[in-house]
Formats: sequence, C-alpha cells, structure tokens
Amino acid sequence: RGMRHAVASAQNVENTSIAVTDLFKICNHCERLRKKDLGVRIPRPLGNGPSRFIPEKEILQVSKVDSRTQSIFEDAFAALGRLDNISLVMGFHPQYLESFLRTQHYLLQMDGPLPLHYRHYIGIMAAARHQCSYLVNLHVNDFLQVGGDAKWLNGLGEAPQKLQQLGELNKILAHRPWLITKEHMEALLKAEEHSWSLAELIHAVVLLTHYHSLASFTFGCGITPEIHCDGGHTFRPPSLSQYCVCDIANGNGHANLHDDQLGDQDMCGEVEVLMERMKQLQECRDDEEASQEEMATRFEREKTESMLVVTSEDEECVPSRDISRHFEDPSYGYKDFSRRGEHVPTFRAQDYSWEDHGYSLVNRLYPDVGQMLDEKFQMAYNLTYNTMATHKDVDTSMLRRAIWNYIHCMFGIRYDDYDYGEINQLLDRSFKIYIKTMVCSPEKTTKRMYESFWRQFQHSEKVHVNLLLMEARMQAELLYALRAITRYMT
Amino acid sequence: MEKMSRVTTALSSNTISGKTMFCHLDAPANAISVCRDASQVVVAGRNIFKIYTIEEEQFVEKLNLRVGRKPSLNFSCADVMWHQMEENLLATAATNGAVVTWNLGKPSRNKQDQLFTEHKRTVNKVCFHPTEVYMLLSGSQDGLMKCFDLRKKESVSTFSGQSESVRDVQFSMKDFTFAASFENGNVQLWDIRRPDRYERMFTAHTGPVFCCDWHPDDRGWLATGGRDKMVKVWDMTTNRAKEIYCVQTIASVARVKWRPEKRFHLATCSMMVDHNIYVWDIRRPFIPFATFEEHKDVTTGIVWRHQHDPYFLLSGSKDSTLYQHMFKDATRPVDKANPEGLCFGLMGDLAFAAKESLINSDTNRKPYPGGDRRNPLFFFKKTDPTEQFAHVSSALTIYQTGLDSNHMDWFVSTAQRYLLTGKPFAELCDHNAKVARELKRPQVSTTWTMLRIMFSDPANLPAAGLNHSLSKLGSLPLMNSFSLKEMGSVLASESRLERGKGDSRQDNIHLETGNSHISNNNEENEETEGSDGPAECMFGDAELDDDDLYSMDHENQAEEQEYTLPQEGFQLRHEIVDNPSAPEHFQQDKADSPHVSGNEAEVPCLTPIESFSLISISQPLFTHHLPASFFCPIVREMLSYYAEQGDVQMAVSVLIVLGEKIRKEIDDLTQEHWYMSYIDMLQRFELWNVSNEVIKLSTCSAITCLNQTSTTLHINCSNCKRPMSSKGWMCDRCHQCASICAVCHHVVKGLFVWCQGCSHGGHLEHIMNWLKSSAHCPAGCGHMCEYT
Repeated sequence: RGMRHAVASAQNVENTSIAVTDLFKICNHCERLRKKDLGVRIPRPLGNGPSRFIPEKEILQVSKVDSRTQSIFEDAFAALGRLDNISLVMGFHPQYLESFLRTQHYLLQMDGPLPLHYRHYIGIMAAARHQCSYLVNLHVNDFLQVGGDAKWLNGLGEAPQKLQQLGELNKILAHRPWLITKEHMEALLKAEEHSWSLAELIHAVVLLTHYHSLASFTFGCGITPEIHCDGGHTFRPPSLSQYCVCDIANGNGHANLHDDQLGDQDMCGEVEVLMERMKQLQECRDDEEASQEEMATRFEREKTESMLVVTSEDEECVPSRDISRHFEDPSYGYKDFSRRGEHVPTFRAQDYSWEDHGYSLVNRLYPDVGQMLDEKFQMAYNLTYNTMATHKDVDTSMLRRAIWNYIHCMFGIRYDDYDYGEINQLLDRSFKIYIKTMVCSPEKTTKRMYESFWRQFQHSEKVHVNLLLMEARMQAELLYALRAITRYMT
Repeated sequence: MEKMSRVTTALSSNTISGKTMFCHLDAPANAISVCRDASQVVVAGRNIFKIYTIEEEQFVEKLNLRVGRKPSLNFSCADVMWHQMEENLLATAATNGAVVTWNLGKPSRNKQDQLFTEHKRTVNKVCFHPTEVYMLLSGSQDGLMKCFDLRKKESVSTFSGQSESVRDVQFSMKDFTFAASFENGNVQLWDIRRPDRYERMFTAHTGPVFCCDWHPDDRGWLATGGRDKMVKVWDMTTNRAKEIYCVQTIASVARVKWRPEKRFHLATCSMMVDHNIYVWDIRRPFIPFATFEEHKDVTTGIVWRHQHDPYFLLSGSKDSTLYQHMFKDATRPVDKANPEGLCFGLMGDLAFAAKESLINSDTNRKPYPGGDRRNPLFFFKKTDPTEQFAHVSSALTIYQTGLDSNHMDWFVSTAQRYLLTGKPFAELCDHNAKVARELKRPQVSTTWTMLRIMFSDPANLPAAGLNHSLSKLGSLPLMNSFSLKEMGSVLASESRLERGKGDSRQDNIHLETGNSHISNNNEENEETEGSDGPAECMFGDAELDDDDLYSMDHENQAEEQEYTLPQEGFQLRHEIVDNPSAPEHFQQDKADSPHVSGNEAEVPCLTPIESFSLISISQPLFTHHLPASFFCPIVREMLSYYAEQGDVQMAVSVLIVLGEKIRKEIDDLTQEHWYMSYIDMLQRFELWNVSNEVIKLSTCSAITCLNQTSTTLHINCSNCKRPMSSKGWMCDRCHQCASICAVCHHVVKGLFVWCQGCSHGGHLEHIMNWLKSSAHCPAGCGHMCEYT
C-alpha cells in the first residue's frame, strides 16, 4: 500500500482525488474477478485513514498543499520502503517530521553500537510496555526482516539474557523513571558475559525512551494500524452502506460533523479566554511577586494533583494482541502508585539539564545522536506558527512552556525559574486529563478525551500538542536515565 | 592529598603561603570567588553559601550567609562574585532568576543587600565591573543581560542578545566593553553605554558557549569554552574576531580562567564526566601543561587565588569539597608522555621520532635514502626561565626496508590466493597448503596438510588423498631445495609447536603412543618401519603425514633418503584403502594389533557409497580414525600460537575453513579479535575483496554486521556534477532529470543500470532487452556495451 501511495503522491500534486483507501476501492472490480478465478483473498483496510481521531481528508490535504511535506514523504518512503501512519499524521509539521525521521532512521539503521535486530527488539519491548500494538506490529516485521530470531517474539524469556536484563529498566523507565538509580545501571553494565557496554546502554536507553514516547503519540493521535499488520485489514467484503460500523464509532462518518458543531456552540470563546489569560499573566507578572514558599507549594501542588487526575475512562479498552508476553510484569503500571499516592521526589532541572549534561553524555558515548536529539527537542519546543485556532500573530511561547513544564512536573522535574501557578491558569481540566493519560498510560487515551480538550483548535494544533507531549516525556525519561548513568560513572 | 610542599610568594602588598589542602562542604558547590586580598573565599551552590578564610594549614569557615528560617530560592546560587574593589560586596545569581547583592559590613545576621528580580529565567552569571564600583552585570537564561547600578533599585539598562540564553558575561579589563556568550554558540561584544545593539557578534562554537574570559594583561584576547569540548582564544583587536589558538579537551568546557602572570596559560574544568582541572599552554594544545586530579566529581568553580600569583588555584566541586591546589603538586602529563615515537609502515618501513639530542648522539643510524627528514614539531621558544615546559624539538627518521626483501609480499599474495570456501574441505586445505609452499612457508603448508588429515571425513579420503599425493609429488623437489638456513629458522618454532601438542595429548593413551612415535621418528628414523606398529594402525594417515612433516627437521641432507618414506607411506595407504592386499609389514602389524578385526571390517566400507556405515563402525572401535573433535584442543592451541606469532591471517583462514569443526572451541571474543585484526590488515593493504569475503564468511555477529554499516551510496547529478540530496532521479539544483533511460528516454526511478565504459544506462529491463539484440550502446555513443 505504501508503494502505491507514494507513487500517487510523487506523480502529481493536482491529482487530488486519490486517497489511500480509494486505491483499494478502485480495485473492487478486479477483486471480484480475482476471487472467482484464483481464490485470492484481498485485504481491505479497516478504518479510514491514518488516524481514528482526525478525518483522513485533512491529513492527506497536507501533503498535497505543502511541497516540503511531500518531499519528506518521498524521502521517508525511499529510505524505508513504506510510509507509516505516524509520519502521515506528523506531516502537519514538516520541520519537526524531518528531524524526527532523521533521528529515528539514525537510531534504527545507521552505524551504532547495537546490532539491527536488537534495536527493533528493544523498540518492541518499549512499545509493548504501553501495549501499543501498532508499534509492536511494525517492528515485529522489521525485526524479522533484519534477520531477527522469530523465537524471541514468543516473549522476553526467549530472548538472550542480555535483553532480558533490560526488561527491568524498560519497566521503570516507562512508568516511574524517578526510581532509576545507578544500581540499575550497574546491574546492566557489570553482568559478566551478559553485560552491556556504556555505548550500547546509551543506545538502548535512547531507543526505549523514543518508543515509550512514540507510543504516547500513537495513542494520543489515535493512529490506526498499518494495513499489512494485524488489525489493520479485514477480508470481509465491504458492507453495502458507505460506512461500516467502526467508521461511525470512530467518527469518520457524518456523525462527526454534527458532533463538532455542537461542541463549537458549547465551548464558544474558549480560545479567547485562554488568550486573555496569557495576556494577563504576561502583564501582571512583575507586579504580584509570589513568595518562595508559595512557588514551592505551587510546584508541589501541581505535582500532587497531576497524580490524582483521573485517567480511568475504561470504556474503550482495546483488547490487544497478546503482546503482554513481551514484558513480564503487566501489573506494574503508572496507575498503581498514583492511587497509593506515592511521593515523587523533586528533580532540579538546573542541576542536571539536557543542554548541559545529558547532551554531553549521549554525544560522548553515541556520537551524533546527542546532536540529533538536541535538534529534535529544540524543534519541538520552539515550533510555532504564531496562531491559535483562528487567531493569528499570537505569541504561544508561554502556553508551550506551560505544557512542557507540566509534563516535566508530573515526572517531578522542577524548574526554579518557573511559576507553576501559570499551569493552572493555562491548562484546563480536560486538557490535563488528556496530557496525563497520554503521557502516563497512553493506552487509555480515547477519542472522547481527544475531542474534549481545546475544542476549537484545529487538528494540526492538537498534533502539535502531541509532539510537545511526546518530546517532553522523552526528555524527562532520558534525564533520569542519563543522570543515573552519570552517577554510575562518577 | 596532604602534600607538604610549601610556597611563599612575595607580592607587593602581602604574602601568600600555603599548601595543597581541602575542606568538606555541606553541599555541592556551584561557584566560588575570592576576595581581593586572597585571604577569603566564598562558596555558593544550591544549598550552600559560605565564606571561608584561607589559612596556612586549612580552610576555616567564617560566615554562613544562608540565614533565616525559610528556605529561599534566592539562596540557590548558580554563580557568585566577590567585588574586587569593595571587599564587603558580593553578588549572586539565583536559579530562580533573582540577582542578589550582599554587604558583609551589615551589622545584622542577614547580609542581604539588594534584590533584583527582573530576570524571568535562571541567571547564569553575574559580573562586577573591575574598576567602576557600582556597576554589576547579569546574564540570564531568558536571553537578556542587565546592567545594575547598585545605588538604584532597578537595572539601568537591558541588553537583548536576540539569540537564546546567555551563559556567561565578562567585563573587559580596560574599558566599558563586555563579552557575552550564548547557548547557540554565539559570542557578542557590547559597549555598556550602548544597550541598543551589540558591537560585534561571531559564532565561536557549535553548541553552547559555557564560558569566556578576557586575558588579564589587556591584550584583547578572549578565551571561550564550549560544549563542543574546545577552548578557543580569539584576538579581538582586529576588525574580525580571529581565532588564534584552539585547545581540544576531552569533555565539554564549563569554566576557563587565564593563569595570572603567565601569558599563554589558562585553566579549564569540564561540566561532565571529567573531574580534573587542566592548565594548558595554549601553544601546546595536545597535552595539558598541568593537571589537578583531586576532585571526585565534576569541578564547578575554579579561581586563581590571587590575581598576580600563578601558583595557587582554588576549586569547588559537586563532590562537596573546596580545594586549594599548589602548582608544585600538580601532575605534569608532559613528563609522563613518551618523547619517542615509533611506527611501522605497511611495507615494513620504520619511522622514528625522538628528541633531537637523543638522535644526534646516535651515530650508527642509517640515513633515509632521501636524506633525513627532520621536522621540528613545535616551534622554537626563546629560553625563558619562567617557562616550565621543556624545550621540545624532535627529529623524525624513516628507515626503509631493502628493496629486495619486501617483507609483506607474502601476506598480500597469501590473502589473494587462499581459498576459504566453495570447495570440499580437503581440497581447500590442499590448495592453501600449496599456496603456502609456493610462498616458501613450509610450516604453514604442513599445518594445512595436517588439518586436512585430522578433519577429513574418512569417506572423502580416497579422492582427496589421491589429489594430495599427486600435488605432493609435484612439489617435492621444491621442498628438498630449501637451504639449510631456512630450515633452521623453521625448526625453532616447530619444536615449540610440538611441545604444546605433547602436553595436550598426555591424557590420552592412544595419542600418546602416536606422539612418542613421532618423536622417535625425529630422532631415529629407522624405527619407523615395523617397531611402532600399533601406533601406525591407530594413527593411520596422520602418522604417515607427520612423517612427511617432521622429516624437514632433519639436520643434514644425508637423510634425504628418508624423504621417500612419506611417499611410500602414501602409496601404502592407498593400497590399504583401495585394495585389501597391503604390504607385508602392515599385514603383520594388523595381526599383532588388537584392532585388527576393526580395521579389517573397515576395509570394505571404505567406498564412498557406504560412508555412513563406516563412521558408525569405526568410531566406537577407535580404529582407523579418531573423531575430529579429538584434535580440537591441539588445533586451538595451534591457532593461538599463530595469532600470537603475529600471523593472524593463518588463524582466521583456518577458522573459516574449519568452520563448525573448531568454532565452538574458541571463545567468541578471541575469534572476534582475530577477525578484526585480520580485516584491519587486509584493509590497510587495500585488499577490499578479500576483506569483504572474510567478513561474509565470519560467524561472529559483531563481524558480519560490519557489512551492514556504511552502506549509503552517494550519487552526483549527471548534469551539474553536484551531489544529489533528496531524490535519486531529480537534481534539486539544476532541476534536470539526472537519470534518463537511454532506451525509453524516461526518468528511471527504480533500478538504474549503467555501462562502466560509457556511463550510459537506463532501466534494467530495457538495457537487458536492448543488449540482447544489439552490441552497441543504446545512447548511440558507439561504445560496445556488455551486460553480464
């Protein structure tokens, strides 16, 4: 499918009528013939488009209008032989996508300390931690393609001892990164014949964090399975009506339009209110100086509250393919400790920052990757079109900083120079629920959550938010892991 | 680190003395600063803010500035500076964005003087003007620099760098200029009186510039240090900032400080991983002039104790200690550095560099044919009594090997001619043995022969043996023609090899007899026939070929007679194998031997068709053949021996040819090491094909994955000759389709095949079809293309 799609987009920009699913619909005729003559079953895609949350039309529009996106798609296809749904959705933000793909390509294909099949297997381990069947399936295929042993896929127990040891780190990193200590690192680095080298460990840590956060993005944007993967296709003949049941349930049909209009009426002026608040914060900041204790309290409050944000909208629990076999302790999740009210210790960003410390460590042990990650973080943090919904020329830096710092706050990372009171002003409850769910237990993200925050904003802006969330999460995990490695080294 | 050396320096105003000493702090330090008279030091960090007096023997805590019940982020210091004119005045930069000044002259416990909360982000640096008493400058994460007049409540001017966070600000010594370094790699020069725009900006580093420092002697030199691990010295007196020196350190540079009174010296410490403090002579950027290695965690602040004394350095660290380093106690890496260099070239040339004085005294050296090449590696310095670097000037001499004895030829030739795969095992061995023999390496040759014998399937023996004996016959005269001298050289190593074998065999009775038989052979060859019958039966072919091998060890040519024996042995064996009527003494031996029945049972089985039954019968009875695994320990030792001798080629070749038979015997790391060494050598000799074959045939995952790395193919546009970046078929620059099919004249977006002769090409299928019917190039260039 990727092939045909890429050809379609490469050929000409004018040909607007071709969409992914159309390519399959065109063949309905031959399909019938085939079935009669050869008995070949032809798969049809389930669900419409790359995302369950975003209408397919809108996603594909991007590559038609934006030549930069299109050329990135072409490059991505040339490099991988496919164009996955994640890239299609990220196509809203071509500058970021470019940086993302370059980094991912380097991590998976280019020179590095780990053998290729290890890299994909680590990707599978990390994605499985969040039951992200989309990424698992994608990398199972890649893993087998680079000569991985199919036996390993039966579970971590079948993989080499060395990878099994990584399971613990994977688990903690995904759910409670603040618990990582240098002892964890030492256990991996000093395991006699199964031990990891520092360079390998850095590579593995970068891969783990990359896939944890990518799983967040996948769920956060409702990425649909690739057609060649499990759950991405059906062999059933198309139903008579234009939309099948799942389409309606997922809002790709007409029902969606109706819903959106309702939302607009309810939430009229949401954007304006937000902009007004930003303006106020900007202006009266210097006047009302909060005391130091007050600042500390605000941070603690945000941190504690973030724990209590309810994420359990269990209505849409997707039964996943038995990927649980990839991790040995499925009960270990974020949920467990947040209910118990576990205390997250505070990590001072000024004492161990990505720019000063993390970068140097990564670049020292895995050359060039520090640079790429640095660019990617900066790209995500600084990306702005100076728009909010329909408003133009808005300085969104305050909002972006609030989102970024809120995520770091959930992980206990505190910036001395940030007033955490701003977060409460700028991020409303439904948005916090969405952030919290997507970052901490992404598999529970629902379409309703996606729709209920920032209702007036465009899909591209929501994808933008997702990019921020994803990168902030990755950096937070990396900081904890790298700090532990640094402590091990000193 | 209680070194008892003591230095006393007489300075104009006062006298500084002391020793290397340290004290524990309660918390990690972020920055330190000294007061003007060098008697006190202030230490600031997230949880510490104290003043210590520096006494002869120790640091004494004088004042704790963290007072008050409430913990305040204003105390959480990123930087601290002691005023150099007003000894009661200090300034700190807080992580929450506050700039605080402290007046030690205040009578109350709380010495806080002024609080400026104008910065929105962390303040990374504060700096007092060296001569203007009330002028304070700050640089913050929010990208702004602010100048404060301490007599006023607010900043008097704000400088916007317009380029990300400010990491360091430093006033120039002489005037109202200050330098600011930024997170994006820029350095800006400002006039304090002109806040509207900077006077000059240049990119100093890739990535953040963490620190900068003006040269104290007013020469317009600015040192900068960055995350890119470099220290650069810029000459700012010219129109464009000019990089005049560059020191490459091993970790990102957190602080840089010029050494007082030493024009070319500066001290650095790093932000990550490396805990040492280095003092560099910038003219000698490859090796630190001095190193202080006391800290156990990263050093966060360094400061020279007195601005005119180069021998005392103070430092604070994350390991919660404050040190005074004496220059006398510093490690001098230069002293440990080896002043001589020696290197072999590929073809055996030898280059030797050493101090000139050393070389001159050596009268025996042979000059390089092209004349001595003497390169003084470092410029000549005027002898300056205060300079502590030893005068360095080296001479380089190159010795060339004689043209007639190009020692590495055998390596290249062997690499090219060896067969590692593609034929039955025995044939590979024979081929390689032959190659080795032709290159006059008899020991290697016989090793191959032995391997064939040890590991060959009995079933394959007849055919292989036949070939072998034929080739052997052909080459025998060559062996005999070896001069005595060469034999001698072989002898030494051979005997060592044999000893090794003997050791490993002693636990096995079968082999022991075999071994003793061989040793006997070497001493008294007459005994070969008859006396050691049972051994012959058991050891079978191996023994006979060993004969062939060890006959070379004989000391004189008089025994040349014996060379016929091996041949005879071969003949005999073939008779055993091929027809039952063996020569008499063999028959007799069998009769005496307890294994007779086994051996006889074997005979009819020795036809290729029934080879399996042969193995099943012969092995349990230990008759004709020993299991191949039996030899593994010996072969393992043999391989290690070759590898240690430097002939890793042999070790790897045998490893590949034997394959599964030996692989499990040798641990993976050793194998990998051998492979890597061999591949490295092959690549030095530019034997790419061989190296690639070796990589392909290796079974170490670490080696085979070499073939999967760096597989990118870069192409240039056929029109404008510039590299094609995004797509393979369309050039971004000249907007021409770069790859047009010569047959259909369409753009090729898939497989493009082209003729290496005329460089025309096109779609793979089109070219294939075209060349079926025509021999000429489809582009009409007249070239006779060939498609294979």
